Amino acid sequence: MSDRLAVRKTYKLYLGGKFPRSESGRTYSVTDAKGAFVANAAWASRKDARDAVVAARGAFAGWSTATAYNRGQVLYRVAEVMEGRAAQFADEVAAGEGLSAAKARAAVDAAVDRWVWYAGWTDKLASVLGGTNPVAGPFFDFSVPEPSGVVAVLAPQRSSLLGLVSVLAPVLATGCTAVLVSSHERPLPAITLSEVLATSDVPGGVANLLTGSAAEIGPWLAEHADVDGIDLAGAGTAAMELERSAAGTLKRVLRAPAEEPDWTADPGLTRMTPFLETKTVWHPIGV
Amino acid sequence: MTHVLDPTAAGRPVTTGAPDAFADVTRSDSAFRAFLHGLPGVDQVGAEARAAQLGTRSIKTTAKAWAIDTAISMVDLTTLEGADTPGKVRSLAAKARRPDPTDAGCPAVAAVCVYGDLAGVARDALAGTGIHTAAVATAFPSGRASRAVKLADVRDAVEAGADEIDMVIDRGAFLAGRYLDVFEEVVAVKEACGPAHLKVILETGELRTYDAVRRASWLAMLAGGDFIKTSTGKVSPAATLPVCLVMLEAVRDFRDATGVQIGVKPAGGIKTTKDAVKHLVMINEVVGADWLSPDWFRFGASSLLNDLLLQRQKLRTGHYSGPDHVSVD
Repeated sequence: MSDRLAVRKTYKLYLGGKFPRSESGRTYSVTDAKGAFVANAAWASRKDARDAVVAARGAFAGWSTATAYNRGQVLYRVAEVMEGRAAQFADEVAAGEGLSAAKARAAVDAAVDRWVWYAGWTDKLASVLGGTNPVAGPFFDFSVPEPSGVVAVLAPQRSSLLGLVSVLAPVLATGCTAVLVSSHERPLPAITLSEVLATSDVPGGVANLLTGSAAEIGPWLAEHADVDGIDLAGAGTAAMELERSAAGTLKRVLRAPAEEPDWTADPGLTRMTPFLETKTVWHPIGV
Repeated sequence: MTHVLDPTAAGRPVTTGAPDAFADVTRSDSAFRAFLHGLPGVDQVGAEARAAQLGTRSIKTTAKAWAIDTAISMVDLTTLEGADTPGKVRSLAAKARRPDPTDAGCPAVAAVCVYGDLAGVARDALAGTGIHTAAVATAFPSGRASRAVKLADVRDAVEAGADEIDMVIDRGAFLAGRYLDVFEEVVAVKEACGPAHLKVILETGELRTYDAVRRASWLAMLAGGDFIKTSTGKVSPAATLPVCLVMLEAVRDFRDATGVQIGVKPAGGIKTTKDAVKHLVMINEVVGADWLSPDWFRFGASSLLNDLLLQRQKLRTGHYSGPDHVSVD
């Protein structure tokens, strides 16, 4: 086997359920933590981001109206396929983040567990965040959380898998569709996750994963009139400027923490509630 | 106002039947067949390669802004559904007048295209705007009715207020080789149109070959059509770039031979700004800027207008727009 030629991979984007090259034709070299070449990744352009938003908007009607139970099943299926690819994820996390094999494996396990955890939330959100309201009048009054639409996610730059899952899964669990820009230096787990999403039951366009530079694409997503929310987890120093841009079209913004948090901590509901909007119904009793 | 397609205004004498130079080719069925089959054949591979190559031109910034506004002014905003109501036609007319209500600088479209029975509603809603009322007639979209019914259909639409008539040719007769029948029918429809302008739909998706498209184009032009139109929009494939290329070459050759300029209208399947810009590039390269006006080129479309408006908003605001920012038809 030693005289085999190395298979040098050039990965592509995941957009609308397909794997296209970047419209711009650009790629960049991905290196491991020690600086050795690992693979080529596509460098997405603003037009790829635009196409991804169109795909996400197209998928929103189906995904947001699927029953919560069905969404939970689909997301659980993703966790199953991730588990089957655990070794590949572990290798990529170890290479990209410079972790030992054991620590990388622990990060992968945590990521799969995190995905399962969010899959379980799909049909519980309405009960926890909504419910009937006691009102002073002859009305049956209740509130339900509803997904807001297309959410742009700038994934964490350092935690390439656990961080990635921790920002993508909550968006999908709420019933929103996502356009995610992966970590620039460590995109491989995001690419493998696209392959997982494509081979599980997630409809095309529900999750769109772009590799490239969040600094380049982020402003276009923040200003885009057809993006309803943006998670600035991986925006870095540009976060303030992106918040300002997002205000122009009244987006829901999940602000970036001062520095990347410890993703192993219990996330609570804090990453789901920003992209839900509450609908309250006043129903006249007896009609 | 003077109709922009008014043949007398454009210096074209009102005639029916073939122009003098070609008067003898329609003298008999066999003579007409010999003429149409004597037209040079279309190089299929060459036409498709040329259309594809012209589609790669990059049109940006100010040129793109011009192209978008020009394309908007060429749109025949169309609704041809069984479920069309007077209310839907009125809302379409409102959109035709002010495609982008947030921007007064946005041009109006060229025409609203409806079924004949709704032409009166469209005309009333468009009164005083200079936007034309186009109606489809002659048993659209199949064209399967007797000539008497087709002519009655045309007269009815004209009386209802249509100033442009989109007719379909009898593809059955054309494919069976009864060219003179088809020719005479177009001549009769042109007469029935009176002052209204005639667009002749070839339904290229059913003609199979580019050679047939070229023959049908010449047939329609000789019979007095003011426009030749690719498709009804009810048959797939509808308008494609190579078909449009063949038709543009036909109107170019026809003007060279007779001095009479004929318009072209691709319809159906043109959904994006990029598609529209490709057509504009092709007009400029194949027939020249004389055709780059709503008088001589139209897009038959419904969803195209919204994409043009989204692209226009992107150029104006600097950021991408979304379908929530244009009206739903």
